[in-house]
Amino acid sequence: MADNKAQTLKIREFPVEENPEHTYLNAEKGIWSWLFTVDHKRIGLLYLFSITLFFFVGGLLALLLRTELLTPAQSIIDADTYNQIFTLHGAIMIFLFIIPSIPAALGNFFLPMMIGAKDVAFPRLNLASWWIYIFGALFALYSIITGAVDTGWTFYTPYSTQTGTSVVSMTFAVFILGFSSILTGINFIVTLHKLRSPGLSWSRMPLFLWSLYATAIIQILATPILAITVLLLAMERILGIGIFDPTMGGDPVLYQHFFWFYSHPAVYIMIVPAFGIISELISTFSRKTIFGYWAIALSSLAIAFIGFLVWGHHMFVSGQSELSSVVFSFLTFFVGVPTGIKIFNWVATMYKGSIDLKTPMLYALSFLFLFTIGGLTGIMIGALSVNVHLHDTYYIVAHFHYVMMGGTVIALLGGLHYWWPKMTGRMYNELWGRITCGIIFVSFNMTFLPQFIMGSQGMPRRYFNYVDQFQGLHQFSTIGSYILGLGFMIMLVYLVWSLFYGPKASSNPWKARSLEWMASSPPAHHNFEYTPVILHGPYDHHQPIREFHMGVAKEADEQTTEAERETT
Amino acid sequence: MNRIFEYLLPPQRSTVASEVDSLFTFINVTGFILFMGIMITILIFVIKYRRKSEDDVTPVITHNSILEVTWTVIPIILILIVFSWGFRGFLTLSTPPSNAYEINVTAAAWFWEFRYPDGGTTMNEVYVPVDRPVKFIMRSDDYLHSMYIPDFRVKMDVLPNRYTTAWFEATDTGQSLLFCAEYCGTGHSDMLATVHVLSGNDFEEWLETGLEVDEDMPLAELGEQTFTSAGCNACHTLDGTDRIGPSLAGLFGTDRELDDGSVVEADEDYLRRSLLDPQAEVTAGYPANMPSYAGRLNERQIDGLIAFIKELQDE
Repeated sequence: MADNKAQTLKIREFPVEENPEHTYLNAEKGIWSWLFTVDHKRIGLLYLFSITLFFFVGGLLALLLRTELLTPAQSIIDADTYNQIFTLHGAIMIFLFIIPSIPAALGNFFLPMMIGAKDVAFPRLNLASWWIYIFGALFALYSIITGAVDTGWTFYTPYSTQTGTSVVSMTFAVFILGFSSILTGINFIVTLHKLRSPGLSWSRMPLFLWSLYATAIIQILATPILAITVLLLAMERILGIGIFDPTMGGDPVLYQHFFWFYSHPAVYIMIVPAFGIISELISTFSRKTIFGYWAIALSSLAIAFIGFLVWGHHMFVSGQSELSSVVFSFLTFFVGVPTGIKIFNWVATMYKGSIDLKTPMLYALSFLFLFTIGGLTGIMIGALSVNVHLHDTYYIVAHFHYVMMGGTVIALLGGLHYWWPKMTGRMYNELWGRITCGIIFVSFNMTFLPQFIMGSQGMPRRYFNYVDQFQGLHQFSTIGSYILGLGFMIMLVYLVWSLFYGPKASSNPWKARSLEWMASSPPAHHNFEYTPVILHGPYDHHQPIREFHMGVAKEADEQTTEAERETT
Repeated sequence: MNRIFEYLLPPQRSTVASEVDSLFTFINVTGFILFMGIMITILIFVIKYRRKSEDDVTPVITHNSILEVTWTVIPIILILIVFSWGFRGFLTLSTPPSNAYEINVTAAAWFWEFRYPDGGTTMNEVYVPVDRPVKFIMRSDDYLHSMYIPDFRVKMDVLPNRYTTAWFEATDTGQSLLFCAEYCGTGHSDMLATVHVLSGNDFEEWLETGLEVDEDMPLAELGEQTFTSAGCNACHTLDGTDRIGPSLAGLFGTDRELDDGSVVEADEDYLRRSLLDPQAEVTAGYPANMPSYAGRLNERQIDGLIAFIKELQDE
């Protein structure tokens, strides 16, 4: 059998083109070439633009809430408006911002590049998921216009089946957005399985891709549950089927089980991609091989798996059986172990490294600080007896924000700065980048540390009016949130500025080793004009950089170097 | 350090509080040590291994089995300790002693009603004896609510379809706040009650006299008292501003436009119907979510409220 013979794959070095003339940005022109593009890079930017927009909307709503909380009684808005705004803040931030944020924006852009592919496996499906996302966002907008929602982002029954606000259109928005998430997940899994370049074995896959892989599995398995749950909720409202309605023999606690069966795994959809970015940043800016590659890669999968078994820890005092609470608490702690392993591995990677505190690295260090607090307070609220006291207080609010904002958003910002030169071909201003990172770090802690204290002291969450003793801490938190908002505005300004006036970026400003840096900045329309061949791991800083520029040599090429590769 | 935790937590006023707090303290202290360990290590690395030149060469360290086993096993031991400790406290919290004094609690949007075993009801105020286990048997009239007394470290959701229970044994006399901790709409953050912890004798005495209605109290005064004790003030103001429901100031005798378009005069009869069957005639522009007070207020209290509302019009 001729095919089974060992074949020789001829490879040669392909130098990177600096200051490329033809890039994905100027390959086609006009608004339609963006809105109906099938280029994963452009779709990534469409997502990036959309999530940024919703992040600012959600952030503005948060500032409104914080302003209202300056005084214990009514300050600027009434109770109903307050309830609608915290619901919208939650729903927008979760469904329109944080779930699509890292996978759909940065993942879309870099996943194919990191494996040397021209695009994702299903480019049209990729475009479809963005359009589904926009369609879902329009539904959410429609629900806001037609009376908003005041149920909290969790849509707990029976309140959500009885309130007069437009719950149905909001749940349909969530239903639709779920499909966008599922399609992205399918696309990523197929792409990672089928489109890796020669030599890119699973053990040479960048950890960012391992994290996206774990995320995609959760997206595919968990999101349908959310779809069914919100569908049942809508049927309950429209048809009165009574599955959650106690007067018809239903059970409102059942809704909570359904909801958290998706929404707990969903928090790993939100945080696991962030782990991936941190692995990239710490290795690159320590210029050192990652410590414990397999431990980090497999702990992502372990978290994804255990994450499916712990939803009941949201319900210790909900009226579920005590035995369930005990089992869920026990399992919950085991998420802490792989998470801890990751943190220790990142710290160990820095040992004897060559650490450069550029902006992305500052974000990675901020992440380690904030996420560790978020993780440790997670242990606190996983403990049964303490949870009884802390459940539904500001402690939960603070914990959630330390993990989701201190974790995911900070990692997203780190990744955004890290890959900015690759995406745009321009360098952002390093000084402003560092200053802004400092502002965001300090003001984030100002905003949310007091909320841990308020929660421990017994301040319930979702309170429009509160008892006077909490006013000082609330005001401190509000001031912090204003500075935080200012920090994001500064970032927006210097990033946009850099698009027009920033210095041109070289192809590999950080001297990283993973494949996306071996393309030009910004990349060409098809990422690579050749088929890359991977000889080393993505963190092999000890290998000469030219060995990372290898590609399959065409027969006509001269000066070929040879390497043998077994193919079957 | 004790002062830090005294600041962080509400006063300990029940028997379970100190056990919950000791676990809270343990996790905080252990967590803090771990956290500082990690942060100081990072700080040392950042300073010691900062980039000296662009040509820095770093060693290839891919893994270290001893180190990795260590940082897997130690956290597992720690979480098992935390789990068992939390489990023990939870066991205490979810097993009411059999001799507990039982109070039936009804939560409704947006007030708390407490029924005592010997008859008698209080609203938004609950009186309990010190040093004696008290068990709340709770149900909701409408949405989910959650009974939360920070000073006692107890919290339990209140459901519309079945009873849930919570218990505590107060250790000090005095007052503590009870919050609704499960979001329940407009008046959620006003759904507060006060827990009055009385000494054994005071409690017996209160049971004798406190629940009795003072027959000699003038009607309007009784109405004013009922206005707060029945939780009317969560939704209705007395100063003309709208809250959830219409303000009661100057309401009596006016024409009310209902949500079906008809108009009705707010006379004594209308006020009585609004208390007993509030959904039947809802003033246009307000939500139809007032709970019925049939069976919750006695005849004299209803008369009192009407007299009180009437009086508001004169001012």
